[in-house]
Amino acid sequence: MLRQTTYLTKRYGVPEGWTLPVYERDGGYQQAKRALSMPREALVEEMKAANIRGRGGAGFPMGVKWSFMPWPPKPEKPHYLVINADEGEPGTFKDRTIMELDPHAVVEGCIIGCFGIGAHAAYIYVRDELHLSKARLWGAIKEAREKGYLGAKPFGIDYPVEVYVHTGAGAYICGEETSLLNSLEGKRGEPRLKPPFPAQAGAFGMPTTVNNLETIAAVPVALAMGGDAFSKLSDLHDQKDGGCRLYGVSGHVNTPGVFEACVGLTLRELIYDLGGGVKGGELLGVIPGGSSCPILRPDEVVNAPDPKSPLHRWHGKNVLDVPMGVETYRALGTMLGTCCAIVLNKNTDIVLAMHNLMRFYRHESCGQCTPCREGSAWLFRILDRMVHGEATMEELDRLHEIADNIMGNTICAFGEGTAMPALGFLRKYRKEFEEHVRTKGKSGTGRLAL
Amino acid sequence: MTKFALSPDREKHVEEILSRYPNRQAACIPVLHLCQEQNGWISDEVVEWVAARLGLSAAHVKGVVTFYTLFNKEPVGKHQVWVCRTLSCALRGADDILHHCEKRLGIHVGQTTKDGKVTLRTAECLASCGTAPMIQVDKDYYENLTTAEVDRILDRLIK
Repeated sequence: MLRQTTYLTKRYGVPEGWTLPVYERDGGYQQAKRALSMPREALVEEMKAANIRGRGGAGFPMGVKWSFMPWPPKPEKPHYLVINADEGEPGTFKDRTIMELDPHAVVEGCIIGCFGIGAHAAYIYVRDELHLSKARLWGAIKEAREKGYLGAKPFGIDYPVEVYVHTGAGAYICGEETSLLNSLEGKRGEPRLKPPFPAQAGAFGMPTTVNNLETIAAVPVALAMGGDAFSKLSDLHDQKDGGCRLYGVSGHVNTPGVFEACVGLTLRELIYDLGGGVKGGELLGVIPGGSSCPILRPDEVVNAPDPKSPLHRWHGKNVLDVPMGVETYRALGTMLGTCCAIVLNKNTDIVLAMHNLMRFYRHESCGQCTPCREGSAWLFRILDRMVHGEATMEELDRLHEIADNIMGNTICAFGEGTAMPALGFLRKYRKEFEEHVRTKGKSGTGRLAL
Repeated sequence: MTKFALSPDREKHVEEILSRYPNRQAACIPVLHLCQEQNGWISDEVVEWVAARLGLSAAHVKGVVTFYTLFNKEPVGKHQVWVCRTLSCALRGADDILHHCEKRLGIHVGQTTKDGKVTLRTAECLASCGTAPMIQVDKDYYENLTTAEVDRILDRLIK
């Protein structure tokens, strides 16, 4: 159900909304101060109750992640908090708005997060292209330090906290947490084998928690409201998917942008109520949460007769009317991802759309694992032939085989992130692909833009 | 070989960067950014200098440089124009913007204008999908573009 909120976006559009005086006028840093005087266990329990599911795509419960950190911290093994702001998933543009318009929420979230996991330093990993975001974050850190909210004794409490901004240099893969850690350590951003998980050996080999930027920015709000009350904002509180979050919508809609609403918004509400409806006609498909999430068709119907399925309540309904949640979307065979949808209208050439995304994955594969490096390149090469009217039916079938051979055979989730959306396109638009091959490309519109 | 060294101002910045991390290697990417800011690209001399300054092997630094797309492995124009062409931008006309830039500048993607002023490149998703199509010029984003606006931006760069 559409319930728009302004907990996370209160200062969006406010003049100088990114500065400390405005943030403090809204009660800023009170929660960090409070958190530092709470028992650590109570803080983590509060965060577990808030049911904040990771906003970066995987949807892991944040409080549970915090509780994985070894306790008590050993002096020779300092803990680190690392914030993932390497926003680069095609279709995703929400974290950037927080960094530009409300950076103090991130800094306050970092102070609380550091205390929650026993760390004294937080690194915010921002992709290098986002120069304004970096400047706003550094500005917020400087203001907070001058006020004595960061440093040796934040708020006069003997718990040192430092926050730093670290930048990448243009690599989508660094959004993968272990790759990000390698990049933070000054290495090539190649993913690491797990285990060990970051909570055992992360940044600099030390116990580390990696949280998405929107996730950490929601922490002060959740703490102020109380974990349980925050979680209950959501329609999916009973599925442990709580609170409010940012939704993005881009592509063929009339009013693209970032919107804040309670968890449980449906795709129909995102596209038609917030996004202003499909631009230039009917809907062809929606990529629900960043390009790695398999596409949904508007004529799909939920099939969940099993009462135990998280989707059972919506059995027989259109997929566009299912609340967007981590569990509901997983059960639909796609992913919630970053909650930033890409909308395609009927005039879109679906082969070109897949071609565009497969070019992206070929470009961004780090090259470490053969199935991903070679597979992503072959997917693109065959699609390129198809776009030029040169591909055969046999090659169309081979796309399935290549994607299947990537799945489960790579170190990190990039492989699945390439193969799953590829299979989604092929399975759901098989007729269009066959027609495209048969007519040597003449059946498509040959256009992505309207 | 021409010797490379950071300017005194930037050298001071290196000290500050080093203070953020528990080891020197972690400063590798931030220091490379500083060097590129000064030199325009990462030559082998820059690689040698960074390696010596941070106590790393030149092979390690070279490996890092070649991994990341934002480090220039060869000299580039005074300004860099990046056209985002990933799906959200493509759905709103990025291809037209790109062709327009090529025509206006008289170069293809990846090339630099003869006077060395502008290098034209394509970028993968720049997290500006809600304001597509967009281009990045050096450090600035230009969003919700039309070809007329692209003309105004490019004219400022090439005049």
